[in-house]
This record gives sequence, structure tokens and C-alpha cells, in this order.
Amino acid sequence: MKILVCLSNVPDTTTKIKLSGDKSAVDMTGVQWVINPWDELALTRALDLKEKSGGKIEKITVITVGESYTEPTIRKALAVGADDAVRINMMPTDDYEVASNIAAYLKDNPYEIVLSGIESSDYNGSAVGGMLAEFLKVPSVSSVSFLDIEGEEPILKREIPGGTETVKVPVPFVAIVQKGIALDPRIPAMRGIMMARKKPLTVVEPTGESAKSTFIEFGMPQPKAKVKMIDPENAGELITLLHEEAKII
Amino acid sequence: MSVIVYTENWDGKFKKSSYELVSYAHAIATELGVETIAVSIGQVADDQLNVLANYGATKVLCAINEKFTVLDNAAYASVIARAAKANNASVVVFANNFTGKAVAPRVAVKLEAGMANSVTALPISFDPFVVPKNISNGKANGKQQINSEIKVISLAQNSFGLKENEGTLTIEAYDAELDDSKFSTQLVEKNTVSGKIILTDAELVVSGGRGMKSPDNWGPIEELASILGAGIACSRPVADEGWRPHSEHVGQTGKVIAPNLYIACGISGAIQHLAGVNSSKVMVAINTDPEAPFFEAADYGILGDVKTVLPQLVEAAKKFKAHQ
Ligand SMILES: Cc1cc2nc3c(=O)[nH]c(=O)nc-3n(C[C@H](O)[C@H](O)[C@H](O)COP(=O)(O)OP(=O)(O)OC[C@H]3O[C@@H](n4cnc5c(N)ncnc54)[C@H](O)[C@@H]3O)c2cc1C
Ligand SMILES: Nc1ncnc2c1ncn2[C@@H]1O[C@H](COP(=O)(O)O)[C@@H](O)[C@H]1O
Repeated sequence: MKILVCLSNVPDTTTKIKLSGDKSAVDMTGVQWVINPWDELALTRALDLKEKSGGKIEKITVITVGESYTEPTIRKALAVGADDAVRINMMPTDDYEVASNIAAYLKDNPYEIVLSGIESSDYNGSAVGGMLAEFLKVPSVSSVSFLDIEGEEPILKREIPGGTETVKVPVPFVAIVQKGIALDPRIPAMRGIMMARKKPLTVVEPTGESAKSTFIEFGMPQPKAKVKMIDPENAGELITLLHEEAKII
Repeated sequence: MSVIVYTENWDGKFKKSSYELVSYAHAIATELGVETIAVSIGQVADDQLNVLANYGATKVLCAINEKFTVLDNAAYASVIARAAKANNASVVVFANNFTGKAVAPRVAVKLEAGMANSVTALPISFDPFVVPKNISNGKANGKQQINSEIKVISLAQNSFGLKENEGTLTIEAYDAELDDSKFSTQLVEKNTVSGKIILTDAELVVSGGRGMKSPDNWGPIEELASILGAGIACSRPVADEGWRPHSEHVGQTGKVIAPNLYIACGISGAIQHLAGVNSSKVMVAINTDPEAPFFEAADYGILGDVKTVLPQLVEAAKKFKAHQ
């Protein structure tokens, strides 16, 4: 059995967002690139599963649709333990394009389990995993907080409003993961970093469909009005303000 | 032509968020001069379905199959995409919730449609079709133009409100023609807590951080939440310490919520925490440290100890509710 983990290359969350002069793009100079946090946890879970699988899981591959500047992020995934990597060489414009190109690659290179994150922390698309499953015509399970492959069939837990459901789906499938799938991401060790340099990173050219949408402009939220301080001795005033001024209760 | 809106039900009932979604879809349909058609999956009684008319739906297509009791992303997507095609939809609207995120992307592929997720308001223009959306968890926003013939969008929760309408609707049984082979998700076990306000749906949220000092001090938060009808949340260290359940953890690595009101009690306001609550309409910070970063993000601040401030809020909330 082989697992594929989709990696989105995103700016570190603490990055302060700057826009280009004409607001048509987010200024990426000086950005610290990281693996999207959900993908990092998905990879961690995949590695845990492989290690305890006794050889049942042969290989973990990571895949990114992106230009060469995403390679340091991909190498980091190899350094924490992925066996090999694929980079589809293009600058994707939307989730449709990302999913279609991963799907096109998978037609000739099938995997039993594909993991993606519930959302990229940059564009908050929440779409690639579901779109990929539909392109591949395979089942998908979303909001997955647990995955195991011990028995005959993989078992997944997904979050639903007010609780969780344990479900089974036949392989191949796409699991779209969120909080809980792994606790803390793995940190690459020196040995891993050295080994990562020798692991295969295959670059392939895109063969999927083009984007269906595009961002035409970006903006910053309205600057917040200064906080209104309330006397701690008379804190009940807050309730009045929330009713009369903010009209929220 | 039509705007299709997927109205999810919970045990056969709609929620306010379903009505908000129909209001939103209807506003788009009015702009385009087309019909608003709701798609409902699973058993829902007619009196529930009829309420959708109050928000602008003129027709509801009801797909019923005993297998719909378990969410199967592929099967649900088939129903909605098929209804969209049959009714010549130009826009398909989802809620940006668990089910929306699970199903909408599959529908987009079936319809060869571009998709915008977490849309915050009505389209800015219709030709070209441009919608505003949050990016970077609300740290910025973007205008996304969808170029395909059909557009799939999901509306960020609590971002449009209810718009009442007068009208009637026709209820049609909808045969999605799905045979059993189309369902592949098998339910093994279900664990839900009933009677609790679901955090991601909550319009008001009271949240506690490490400044609460001990799990034994949550009484006033629970009381305030219960008086206001609010959900309860917490910061990550609080969940990690086991003071509160993980389901209450909000932030970059927890839930992302967008309530109308977020009251942060003893939470410093770290950027990873704010990433999960930034889209709240009004935020209140209660903290003993005047330098706490939360005061920069908050609309109202109380520089004080949660031990003395929270009981005052509980009293004031009780009085307020008594007078309503
Ligand atoms: C990759 C990453 C992801 C993360 N994800 C998340 C996440 O999803 N969610 C999250 O919450 N955090 C997350 N964090 C952690 C985050 O950086 C902060 O450490 C965390 O939010 C702090 O929690 P806190 O505010 O409860 O505690 P603290 O930072 O300890 O703050 C406690 C606050 O309470 C105040 N206080 C103390 N006593 C009182 C009192 N008696 N009355 C009133 N106020 C009082 C203090 O002044 C202080 O401001 C993440 C961190 C990393 C690195
Ligand atoms: N460019 C990309 N290359 C590979 N995987 C991606 C890419 N963008 C997004 N993904 C995957 O899709 C998930 C959700 O991203 P999104 O739909 O863009 O919010 C991410 O967590 C990744 O697993």
C-alpha cells in the first residue's frame, strides 16, 4: 500500500501580509515558506502508520504543484521521513488547476490513500482534496481527525457538528485531514536533512486542466477602531454596550 | 435558469444558517432575474420545507433515500450536481461548514465549475462574476473572479443575515437515480453530544485561556455562556493541559469560528489564536495585562482580573435577560 500526501507551500502564519502597489498580488518578498500546517500533520500521521505497519505500507510520497521555489519545503518533508517527492512544475492559479494536475499525475501513478489538508492557510480554498477525489472518481472523507489501517479496511474518524463519526471507505480514497490527525508535527533531525538531499524529487510537467478562477485584487481588512476600555469596577456596563451600541445581543 | 442552494438539515430540521443561505441565494437570483431552487437531501417534513419560502425559495427538490442518513460526499455531490444541470443553474450555493467543505468541491468538478470558498458578501459584479472572500484566515481579503459558466460558492457563516420574503414554494420529490453502488461511506459508530451549543454554529462565544488559572474556575464562563445562549471555546494550552475538551480549542490548529461576539477571558491574543477568531464581528478581551496583544484586536476591553470581572458580567447578563 502506498500513501500520497499533498503539500501546499504557504507563508508562515506569523508573516505580516503586504500587498503589491497595485493590490493585484500579495507581496512575497522575504516570506518564510513552510509546509501548510495540516499537511505537516497528515505527513506525520502517514509516517506513524508506515512505521507500525510492518511493511504493509511500502512508500510515502509527497506531491506539490508549484514552481522551483517550493523545493526547500518539499525537502523538509523528505527530511522528516517521506520516501520520495513529486513536483508538478507550474504556478497554479486556483484549486481546480491544482487538483486536476495532481489527478492527471495519479492516473498513471496510482496510490491507495491520498491525504490532503482541510485548508491552505494562505488562500483558504478548502477544495483541493474534494476536487481531487472527484477527478479520480474515488470516495472522499472530509474533516478527518483519525486514520488507521490496522484491520482489513482503513478506519477513519471525521468531525461532524457536535461530535464525531467513525467510518470506513474502500481504497483508493482521499482523506481530507484536520485537527487531531496527529498531535505535533515531526521536526527534521540532522541525519534526516542529510538523507533528504539524496532522496528522489521528480519534477514533472503539468498535464491537467487550467484554472477556472483567478484572484483579481487583494485588500486589507478595515483598520479596527481603537479598543474601547470599560471600567473593571463596573464591568456589567459591557452587557449594556453589547446590546445598545454593538447591537449584538 | 436558476440559483441552486443546498439546504442541509440536521435530523430533519433546518437551522438559522439554512435560512441565511437561502436569503443569500435569493439575493443573487434576484440580481440575475432567475429562480431560487433549494435542494434538500434526506427526510424533511413539509412544514419545515415550507419555511424556505419565507426567505425566497420558490421550489425545493427533495431527494430521499434511506442511505442519505450517512453523509457520502460522492453521492451527495451527484444529487446536487444533477439538480444543478437539470435546472440550468448559473450559481450553486453552499454553506462553508463541514458538509459544504466535504461536498461543494466535488460538485464543482462535476459541473466543471470554478469555486470560491468562504465568500463574505454578495458578488461584487456578475459579469464578470467576482466575489469577495477571506484569505489568510481573515488577515486579508481577496476578490476572486470565476470564469466558468457555472459558479460554485460557499458562504462564510454569519456573514449575510436573514432577509425575509413573501412567497410560496412547490415541493418536488427528486429522484437522483442513485443505485447502491454509488454509496461507499459506511458508518461504524457515531458519537455526538446533544443539547450542547455547537461551537462552529454559535453566534456568541465565551472563551477561556491560561489566565483562568485552573479548570475549576470555568464556572462563571459556563454560567455566562448559558445565560447568553453562547458556545464555549478555549485557547490551545487549555485544551493541551486537559482543562477543557479538545473540541473547544480554537485557533490556527483548532477550529476557525466567526461568531457575532467573542469574549476572551484570560487569553493573551497570540497570532495563532487570533487566526481562529479574527473574523468574529465583535471581540471582547478581559486581561490583567495592559500589554496583552488581544487588546489590539478587541473592540471592547476590560483591564482586570477574570475572578472579579466574570461574576459582574454574569450578574449584568442575568438582569439584561430578565428585562428582555
Ligand atoms: C504552530 C503553532 C500553532 C498554534 N496554534 C494555536 C491555536 O490553534 N490556538 C491557540 O490558542 N494557540 C495556539 N498556539 C499557541 C499560541 O502561540 C499561544 O501560546 C496560546 O494561544 C496562549 O494561550 P493563552 O492566551 O491561553 O495563554 P497565555 O499566553 O499564557 O496567556 C494568558 C493570559 O491571561 C492573562 N491573565 C493571567 N491571569 C489573569 C487573570 N487573573 N485575569 C485576566 N487575565 C489574566 C495574562 O496576562 C495573559 O495575557 C500555537 C502555537 C504555535 C507555535
Ligand atoms: N499547490 C498545491 N500542491 C499540492 N497540494 C496542494 C496545493 N494546494 C493545496 N494543496 C492540498 O490541498 C489542501 C487544501 O488546500 P486548499 O484547497 O487550497 O485550501 C492542502 O492542505 C494541501 O494538502
